[in-house]
Amino acid sequence: MYVSYNWLNNYVDLGDISPEELAERITKSGIEVEGIEYVGEKVNDVVVGHVLTCEQHPNADKLNLCQVDVGTETLQIICGAPNVAAGQKVVVAKPGAVLPGNFKIKKVKLRGVESNGMICSLQELGVKEKFVPQEFVDGIYVFQDEVEIGEDVTPLLNLNDAVFELDVLANRADALSMMGVAYEVAAILDEQVTYPDETIESNESECAEDYITVEVAAQELNKYYGAFIIKDVVIKPSPLWIQNYLLAAGIRPINNVVDITNYVLLEYGQPLHAFDYDRFASNTVLVRRANEGEEIVTLDGQTRKLTRENLVITNGSVPTALAGVMGGLDSEVTDETSTILLEAAYFDGTTVRKTVKQTGLRSDSSTRFEKGVDPKRVRKAGERACHLLEKYADGKVLQGLSEYDGLDYSEKTVVIETDRVNERLGSSMKNEEIADILHRLQFIFEQDGTTFTIQVPTRRQDITIFEDMLEEIARIYGYDNLPYTLPKGEGQVGGLNHVQQLKRNIKSLLEGLGLMENKTYSLTDEHDIEKLISPEIIKKSPVPIALARPMSEDHKYLRLSILPGLLQSLSYNQARNQMNIAYYEIGSIFVSEEEQITKQPEEILRAAGAITGNWVDHPWQGEVKPVDFYVVKGIVEGLFEQLKLSIQFEPVKLEDMHPGRTAVIKRNGQVIGFLGQVHPLLAKRLDLKETYVFDINLDAVFAAYENEPSYTEIPRYPAISRDIAFILDKEVLAGDVQARIAETGAPLVKSVAVFDVYEGEHLEAGKKSIAYHLVYQDPEKTLKDEEVEASYQEIVKAISDEFNGYVRS
Amino acid sequence: MKEQLETIQQEALAKIEDAEGMTSLQDIRVAYLGKKGSITKVLKGMGQLSPEERPVIGEMANKVRNIITEAIEEKAAKLEEAALNEQLEAETIDVTLPGRKVNVGGPHLLTSIVEEIEDLFIGMGYEIKEGPEVETDYYNFEALNLPKDHPARDMQDSFYITNELLLRTHTSPVQARTMESYKGERPFKMICPGKVYRRDSDDATHSHQFTQIEGLLVDKNVRMSDLKGTLDKFAKQMFGKDREIRLRPSYFPFTEPSVEMDISCKVCNGDGCSVCKGTGWIEILGGGMVHPKVLEMGGYDPSVYSGFAFGMGPERIAMLKYGVSDIRSFYMNDIRFLKQYHHA
Repeated sequence: MYVSYNWLNNYVDLGDISPEELAERITKSGIEVEGIEYVGEKVNDVVVGHVLTCEQHPNADKLNLCQVDVGTETLQIICGAPNVAAGQKVVVAKPGAVLPGNFKIKKVKLRGVESNGMICSLQELGVKEKFVPQEFVDGIYVFQDEVEIGEDVTPLLNLNDAVFELDVLANRADALSMMGVAYEVAAILDEQVTYPDETIESNESECAEDYITVEVAAQELNKYYGAFIIKDVVIKPSPLWIQNYLLAAGIRPINNVVDITNYVLLEYGQPLHAFDYDRFASNTVLVRRANEGEEIVTLDGQTRKLTRENLVITNGSVPTALAGVMGGLDSEVTDETSTILLEAAYFDGTTVRKTVKQTGLRSDSSTRFEKGVDPKRVRKAGERACHLLEKYADGKVLQGLSEYDGLDYSEKTVVIETDRVNERLGSSMKNEEIADILHRLQFIFEQDGTTFTIQVPTRRQDITIFEDMLEEIARIYGYDNLPYTLPKGEGQVGGLNHVQQLKRNIKSLLEGLGLMENKTYSLTDEHDIEKLISPEIIKKSPVPIALARPMSEDHKYLRLSILPGLLQSLSYNQARNQMNIAYYEIGSIFVSEEEQITKQPEEILRAAGAITGNWVDHPWQGEVKPVDFYVVKGIVEGLFEQLKLSIQFEPVKLEDMHPGRTAVIKRNGQVIGFLGQVHPLLAKRLDLKETYVFDINLDAVFAAYENEPSYTEIPRYPAISRDIAFILDKEVLAGDVQARIAETGAPLVKSVAVFDVYEGEHLEAGKKSIAYHLVYQDPEKTLKDEEVEASYQEIVKAISDEFNGYVRS
Repeated sequence: MKEQLETIQQEALAKIEDAEGMTSLQDIRVAYLGKKGSITKVLKGMGQLSPEERPVIGEMANKVRNIITEAIEEKAAKLEEAALNEQLEAETIDVTLPGRKVNVGGPHLLTSIVEEIEDLFIGMGYEIKEGPEVETDYYNFEALNLPKDHPARDMQDSFYITNELLLRTHTSPVQARTMESYKGERPFKMICPGKVYRRDSDDATHSHQFTQIEGLLVDKNVRMSDLKGTLDKFAKQMFGKDREIRLRPSYFPFTEPSVEMDISCKVCNGDGCSVCKGTGWIEILGGGMVHPKVLEMGGYDPSVYSGFAFGMGPERIAMLKYGVSDIRSFYMNDIRFLKQYHHA
């Protein structure tokens, strides 16, 4: 809402408070002033001039030589504007005037001819283009109103006005009007409000009811409809002051009738609509729900298809307006209009809101109906418009009006009590202070000791309960005046719970392992939604969850994997020549197995990582190594080692992953994630170098933590180690052999570790050698060589039986 | 024999003195102290001596042996030290060459801010609560006094999935869920950080996904001045002890009275500059006293309990605290951005 300082001054005496100070006080009392904009700048020696003659400059095609009467004298002025003409009243800067930008007007000679001043455009007076009427944007300004020759233009053109941009929040619908802002400012400044003139002077014998009957069929959606008739209207530009105020409020002037309805809309917060009575072509207004499929051509020339959800104004047969949203083209006021049917109505906000959503037609009218208008101001706004139409459109207002009235005009009562106010605010206000605040708000109340029974005026539909009134009291009292205290309640032990603590630990571990944290979007596109999903998630056959109305195709689906987002981050960096990147992210994926989603999806927390470029990067030592599978595996193993959880790896084939370099991560037989190399084709599409990823289900990790960790005494007896190398077929997996060794050697074998892998010329084709380091230990006694030897032989046999492997001699 | 021993001693000491390496020192040891060495030879001739002379010569021979042994050891130590020094000299490296890089990661700036705020409120006894990002219309709106068709729903245009499911537009549903879980039976204080989503086009100041932290305290006799005091403590800890706070009335459907909190601008100290758009104040969070309807729907009797709530955006705080100018930077994951805020 834009509020002109000069306009506001008509309703509240603003005294000499500066716009800046007033803005600060309005903001601190509850309605934020987001900005102040000055219309123009105050200028001296700039007056109204009358162009007596206008001829072409003898020595220049595009210049005009004008004689201009400025009241005290006649000045010869050369003007280059295309729209200058004899007979016009224009803005003249006399010699000695200083225009914005320190532009001094002097007597000069242009192509040999004297010029004593300048005929100005509004921009030359410092008026911002948004405040300039359309027709004068590209030329000089021409007065259309009766103005005195020689008059100072600063007040005439409202140049010294300041316009506040108010951020009116949803509850303060009352502040969407000049009157509402006037009440607010009056309370802040402790001033009185002056009401606009609503008197109708016409003394017509005819009555509105002779011309029009109002019938409301949809009474639940239309609590009030009033119709005034104004005859003999002359359509012309509205007076300059109305135009100025409308421009300040951000509305372009059109003609007197339209401008007056807009002016009253802004003044009272009550939307009005003027129909051309003759074109309305009926003497009945029928307000009803639209029929399914019914059509109306709105003022913007668009044909709108309607439903039962829409409320329409009809002439008894066809729709003539979309109630509260936009009028119909067929009954629009034109230059030929002479009789006006003026509508002042109260439409249901929810219906208007639905129509706005359906048609996309949001207007100053619809916004006010949506948020609720003041019941007591509906008819008054009509009367105010009639008053103005009489004065500025030569209209004759017929007696009375035709109306349907089902409005509730009752005022709510809210009771407050001084002690309770102070208890809730932490303040120590006295009865008199509260009474004073209520007076300033112009609320009517009865006081009984410390109890106040308050009648809430209908303009303040937002106040219904004690807490609402509490806020009114507090904001006028001033939030600044409340003390600083801390809650008195019993202490509660705060802190992170186990899962939150663990999550923080995992983040630190991953960072310690060399990864930088990422934040990517949860919403993804139709390609990425299917990529790099962990096998245990794929097993659930998740159905991608799509937004009903996405903002863009890029952010349409809720992710099923963090990895595509991480790969995009990698790609973003490599495109900027940042080649060595190691990222991780902890975040949720969204899994629903329902074909048509009806309930909240499962949100599974995951830790995912992606690494590309060089992992070892010590160039001057000649050690530069790109990331490989075992780097990523080492990170995952390191994480789980720190978490004290055992995991296993198994090869797996997954779409978009390297078929020979991908493994699932298992814990107690359950898949909890995967790792490996991104398929080179996918990497290439993303312009990525060789890239490795991992993805772990953290919910599974947290679940493992529900068990208390166990503790084993450190053995006192010495350990014995043995190395053993097997010749195996190439396809045999080192992990399988290792698992078999551990199993066979249990319980004496405490650990098994690979320490050498060899393939090459010293071995048969198709074979490889893997060497393991075994540690034997008995917690109860010192091991004997024979025991170790026996176990060793058992292991050799098991590996021979199961994998056809034999000991490398 | 006495003279013989004296000569041996003199000779040996001179040779030891001149010895240039461990090998020659070893040769000297063998030549004088070995089984076939000079001293042994002398001792072998002791048989010819008189019983009176034997102990005297014996003692003398031992003395000479000790002197030579000591001299050899001393010389050996000197030679070793010299050798070591020589070795160390040869091992000198250029200590200004770069070290072997250890890969070190770090937290995202938003995580750092969120954890800082979490820890600050944990210090005041708050617990941390989390909730789902895909919410029901009930918890996201209705339980927070935003019935369907409430005009304030426009304030946060939402990503709906179905008529009943949407991406949460704030972390407030966690407040509703927490109240419900405590069944109206106990006072509590909590904060809830998390991702939230709004139907916005991404630009320098808008992001369709961002972070929020909200707080809620419910107890008997909670006053608005308690909210003011708590927020003042928070602001001073987070932004510096010389920051002032200012509360302004505002509107949120879930609080009444509602407040917006500004802190005095750090750049100009309240005098007005481009960062605070000339006002001297910067808007940092919103809050208020919990609306009685919200308490009631959460299972708390508003005639017995009252409370306050507040909410803030870590992105905005990061932008103000570190001068980040584009909110999209938080989600682009440019390594140069992620690295520069580390002061490990």
